[in-house]
Amino acid sequence: MTKQITASDINAQDKELLNDLQDALANCMKCGNCMAVCPIYKETSKESSVARGKLALMEAVLNGTLPISAAFDTVMAKCLNCKSCTSKCPCGVKADELILRGRQAAVKTRGLHPIKKNVFRLLRNRQLFDFALKMGGTFGGITFKKIPGKMAAVSRFPMPGMDPKRATAPISASPLRSQYPEVIKVDNPKYKVGFFTGCTINYMYTDVGQSVINVLKENNVEVVIPSTQHCCGTPVYVSGDVDLAKEMAKKTIETFEKFNVDYIIGACGSCTEALKEYPHWLHGDKEWEARAQKIANKTREISEFLVDVLDFRKDTLGPVNATVTMHDPCHMVRGLKITKQPREVLKAIPGLNFVEMKDCDRCCGSGGSFSLANYELSRKINDKKVANIAKTKADIVATSCGTCRMHIQDGILQNNMNQDVVHTIQLLDKAYQAGKRK
Amino acid sequence: MQTTHIEALKKIVGQDHVLTSPEDLYTYSYDATPGHAHMPDAVVIPGNTQEVSEVMKFANTNKIPVYTRGSGTNLSAGTVPTKGGIVLLMTRFNKILEVDLENLVATAEVGVVVADLNEEVAKSGLIYPPDPGTVATATIGGTISENAGGLRGLKYGVSKHYVMGLEVVLANGDILKTGGKNVKDVSGYDMTKLFTGAEGTLGVLTKAIVKLVPAPETKKSMMAIFKNLDDAGKSVSDIIAAKIIPATLEIMDNATIRTVEDYAKVGLPLDAEAVLLIEVDGIPEVVEKEAAKVVDVLKANNADKVQLAKDDAERDQLWAARRAALPALAKLRPTTYVEDATVPRSKVPAFLKAVKEIAERNNVTIGTFGHAGDGNMHPTIVCDLRNKEEMERVYKAMDEMFKAAVELNGTLSGEHGIGLGKLPWMEYQHGPQGMNAMKAIKRALDPNLILNPGKLVGEC
Repeated sequence: MTKQITASDINAQDKELLNDLQDALANCMKCGNCMAVCPIYKETSKESSVARGKLALMEAVLNGTLPISAAFDTVMAKCLNCKSCTSKCPCGVKADELILRGRQAAVKTRGLHPIKKNVFRLLRNRQLFDFALKMGGTFGGITFKKIPGKMAAVSRFPMPGMDPKRATAPISASPLRSQYPEVIKVDNPKYKVGFFTGCTINYMYTDVGQSVINVLKENNVEVVIPSTQHCCGTPVYVSGDVDLAKEMAKKTIETFEKFNVDYIIGACGSCTEALKEYPHWLHGDKEWEARAQKIANKTREISEFLVDVLDFRKDTLGPVNATVTMHDPCHMVRGLKITKQPREVLKAIPGLNFVEMKDCDRCCGSGGSFSLANYELSRKINDKKVANIAKTKADIVATSCGTCRMHIQDGILQNNMNQDVVHTIQLLDKAYQAGKRK
Repeated sequence: MQTTHIEALKKIVGQDHVLTSPEDLYTYSYDATPGHAHMPDAVVIPGNTQEVSEVMKFANTNKIPVYTRGSGTNLSAGTVPTKGGIVLLMTRFNKILEVDLENLVATAEVGVVVADLNEEVAKSGLIYPPDPGTVATATIGGTISENAGGLRGLKYGVSKHYVMGLEVVLANGDILKTGGKNVKDVSGYDMTKLFTGAEGTLGVLTKAIVKLVPAPETKKSMMAIFKNLDDAGKSVSDIIAAKIIPATLEIMDNATIRTVEDYAKVGLPLDAEAVLLIEVDGIPEVVEKEAAKVVDVLKANNADKVQLAKDDAERDQLWAARRAALPALAKLRPTTYVEDATVPRSKVPAFLKAVKEIAERNNVTIGTFGHAGDGNMHPTIVCDLRNKEEMERVYKAMDEMFKAAVELNGTLSGEHGIGLGKLPWMEYQHGPQGMNAMKAIKRALDPNLILNPGKLVGEC
């Protein structure tokens, strides 16, 4: 991993990759406004942590001042992809995308980190991936100890690459998709939708998937869960392996094309955003871009579907007596720009007392696999989130992303607090159940 | 610098607080000023005043240049390490030490971000008024060193009106305390003012005692659109003549109006020659009266349209146009120079006309907006640094623009500082006598010329 690569090495591989970045990078006027919002910079106070520094380094590689070194990789990896910088930038520089391009450049020439390479090899093969995680779920009890009353577990033994005290999500012994038939019929369906489960809901947070299905059934929506669906490709895309990400996008598109559904529903901000972004991933390939666009047009995040499309049932809701606050996942607030709809869902529930937390849209520090590689740093970022949660006196934190849920639940436990972290849709499901008991 | 130097610095501040990798050094080679970059040899991040003192002693003995840096958001290349050496990063000085409610002062370390200080003192109903566009990122030390101003300069003044005392480390490592919490203090030279706006050329600031003022109870905003620039200019003078000092009194020229409208679609007429945005603040009864008077003045000066914001939402709408000014201009082209040439209030229309002519003559794009109330203009030049031929025209336009400001009894910089960006015109404004006096001060306090060498007063 120490070999240094220069701009000319990259250009030998791919003439476009860096050259077409030049104009985009020149638009950064180095005002430094990104420093006000970058969660990592707030902790490190180092210029290389923030978008301005990262873009400057990419410029340095482009103009031949610096090679792509192992240190360059490290700098590019230290980004949560939370898009705060992009939403703050007065010049409209899409720093988050450019940083991903920086990672792509490194991957193109040097290849992936060996650990990621192995994980991605597994991810490339859906059946093998499915098998491995099912085994993990079946034998998970041996290695992981469940935390009572929480959808969380800690490792019994030291695990490579994982902090021993860290609470993660338990791997389910039976994944969501194995619990249901491929088509869940209802009488007189209003709509027929495809459910893109994503990995965390299928293998870990099956409770979220169950709630999505319950809520859709309650609203007379027929649900199709294509059994051959696979990972959306986001973890691969953000790591810079664009070729594999494209391959996975095409698989998802093919899978959902087979079913004639009105909408495709996601319950994870990042996965849903990926499906909506597929045309961008596949840009330049006319046929695939058009097919991706059709899928993207049909894709809705669950709360977006419930509020904007369906106008979900409120007459059958029963009370959920709890104080609830909300964390807006980065890819919901700055990716999909969905913040009102999940709040409307919660505010419709009788008995539920909704309180906003300070900086509800600030990154929780998870950043997907970022928190694996940088646990200590992502813990510090998360501690700020947990402190804001504590101030609300809420019993429950609602959020719409599996990895946010995992990381915030871990933070709550590490700080000796007791709040539950759930998906917004689980509270709606609970309200419908309460309505039936009336 | 030699390896032994790096080792010595690590001994002073600790292994983790000296950065030397090419990647780290590159990210401290620039600030927010286009066209200036140079790699330092080391980035040193001291944790307390004693460490700063030891670093300075070491640098002074070995004649190593030292460039003090906060967040690096200045617009005059003031923190670019043009001669290599040490970037002295002050971000670990991040504590607010005291908010003294009896004396209405706060004491803070220099790495505290201005907005964070304001958030803290707001709890007690107070404000620290200097609010440059970068308040959310810029540090107390940086804004004092650049003597930063902002939108509220007309009524509240700029940084120098709020700095009451400083802790400073001199080039030889001596630790100096200037001023204090006394409202009146004539003991000796006013050293506090000397270091304020010195751009890190005379010493390293470590702590600051700053004045706080009660937060205004209410605000009222209005916007006026003018077909004629002179009418807008006359309005500015007439508002002041009516004995009203608005907190902010902003102007945007036609080029800016057209760009903002194209970008944000806020409903500005494209043929308007100027837009004025005015905010009065204070006690509710007074604010009501003043706002009504301002509207009268605007109407008497042929404003085509006057809007008075009824609530916060309307206030936000009015200010959206002004907030969009810089982003809209910056998005036109890759490179953006935000200048801050300043003229006496009465000369604002004359200066705006001069800038328009200069832009046309040199075929460069300049949009001007700024603080009309205090004469501090922001002619913003957008261009592409990579285009040599264009840049020659840009530099020529800059040259003519700064000279025009000085000709109007103005000044090169109202709030961004001189650094390197405006150094070529310093003698034009101050004459050889003025430059000699400033250089004498520099040589007296920094005989080895290690502190931000080559900036502000140039080579000594």
